Amino acid sequence: MKPAPFDYYAPTSLSEALDKLTELGYSGKVLAGGQSLIPAMNFRMARPTALVDLGKVKELSYIKPTADGGMAIGTMTRDSVVEEDLLVSERFPILVKTIKHIAHKQIRNRGTFGGAIAHADPAAQLPAAALLLDANLKVLSKAGERWVKAVDFFIGPFMTVLEPEELLAEVVLPPLAPRTGASYQQVSRQKGGYAQAAVISTVTLDGADRVKEARVALFSVGEYPLLASKPNQVLAGQVPTAEAIEEIAAYVAKNECDPGTDIHGTEEYRRNLVHVLVRRALTEAVQQAKK
Amino acid sequence: MTQKVKVAITVNGTLYERDVEPRLLLSDFIRHDLGLKGTHVGCEHGLCGACTVLIDGHSARSCTLFAVMVDGSEIKTVESLGTIDNMHPLQEAFHEKHALQCGFCTPGFLMTAVEYLEGNPNPTAEQAREAIDGNFCRCTGYENIVEAVQLAAKKMAAH
Ligand SMILES: Cc1cc2nc3c(=O)[nH]c(=O)nc-3n(C[C@H](O)[C@H](O)[C@H](O)COP(=O)(O)OP(=O)(O)OC[C@H]3O[C@@H](n4cnc5c(N)ncnc54)[C@H](O)[C@@H]3O)c2cc1C
Ligand code: FES
Ligand code: FES
Repeated sequence: MKPAPFDYYAPTSLSEALDKLTELGYSGKVLAGGQSLIPAMNFRMARPTALVDLGKVKELSYIKPTADGGMAIGTMTRDSVVEEDLLVSERFPILVKTIKHIAHKQIRNRGTFGGAIAHADPAAQLPAAALLLDANLKVLSKAGERWVKAVDFFIGPFMTVLEPEELLAEVVLPPLAPRTGASYQQVSRQKGGYAQAAVISTVTLDGADRVKEARVALFSVGEYPLLASKPNQVLAGQVPTAEAIEEIAAYVAKNECDPGTDIHGTEEYRRNLVHVLVRRALTEAVQQAKK
Repeated sequence: MTQKVKVAITVNGTLYERDVEPRLLLSDFIRHDLGLKGTHVGCEHGLCGACTVLIDGHSARSCTLFAVMVDGSEIKTVESLGTIDNMHPLQEAFHEKHALQCGFCTPGFLMTAVEYLEGNPNPTAEQAREAIDGNFCRCTGYENIVEAVQLAAKKMAAH
């Protein structure tokens, strides 16, 4: 189908874009890579009155190292640019692995890093990665800037704390501690398809191979990506054993996710997937941390 | 009054300056406004890959972009590859390996593979299969397409 008509604005600077969003208020919507918004408009599931296209706002597209060893990524940076960036692969190899699971090359060439986070699809990889990596999100409006932690950003399926006159400008990833291993695990019907359940984790070990921190983010099994609390409760300060990991996986599957039933799988099946995937993810992250 | 936006888009080396409605999809701009019917439209929501073109050298779905978004860009469609008398090695390989039946999906596969082979001149069957994982074919069962991509790589290396 074809999208309904809308007013189109293509600002060439950030300040122009922010002015326009303020002027439009509730009738304005940001257009980033278009890889989620345009299919929805083609279906007429979305019918925005006006679009503010950030494609010509070059100052929103960059990848910069931060002095503490982390990274700052401009919202309009294409997924494939992040995927191929050498510094990202050095500092956040897990991010590269995660991005490769997003759709297909043709979509990653257009879809944007910040756009995926702002879109807040409960089945999407990057919101979960932002949560896992404790990202700090820079939100701008004409009135000024505010910083929101990923854990406070998502409030429902496709819902975030962003106001209509605001945009997500930058994603800052704090550095991973030394001896941090990570793992990406998902089950989907075919490669590039949305996951039926997926888990990303990091585990940081101390010099005696005891866990300093264990983080587990789940997605496609709730209204937004979830950070499980049990893994760190059980593992912190301990040498991780297979038994402890198994206990965590069973607990998280039962108590720390909220999967639904749809044509791709039942709730029960998805809980079973979470159980298996959390076990695999923690096991692999521990192995990686020891390397 | 319907809004029209001035765009300047280069397609297969020719610069086109047009006034278009913002909601015009790039796929429709290519097919209807420019009359280049090689780019096919299957699903119109980003799933099937039939509408794949190159934008500034990178593959993309033309059905999930508005033409206004590629103002100033350089587009390559399947028509840029070769002619019947002078086929691109990739087209020759598809021909020789029977990598198409109805041919509806073929332009999308070709434009996907052309980008891929540039960066990966010698793919294994597994890699070739992965390279085309964003394109649907309802006829061939993919085996011959995978072989064609590999054969094309050899032909292109020999050129
Ligand atoms: C066939 C297909 C398969 C896909 N498979 C996957 C998949 O497996 N996993 C996955 O994660 N994604 C998948 N996607 C979606 C893709 O990753 C999108 O690129 C991404 O979700 C949205 O990014 P975008 O830049 O294209 O945003 P757009 O589509 O332009 O925007 C999406 C929404 O976010 C808002 N928005 C965007 N940027 C900002 C900003 N800076 N500030 C405020 N609001 C903003 C827009 O207003 C809009 O509501 C798929 C898409 C297609 C077509
Ligand atoms: S027509 Fe564009 S992906 Fe199917
Ligand atoms: S040849 Fe018919 S869909 Fe591929």
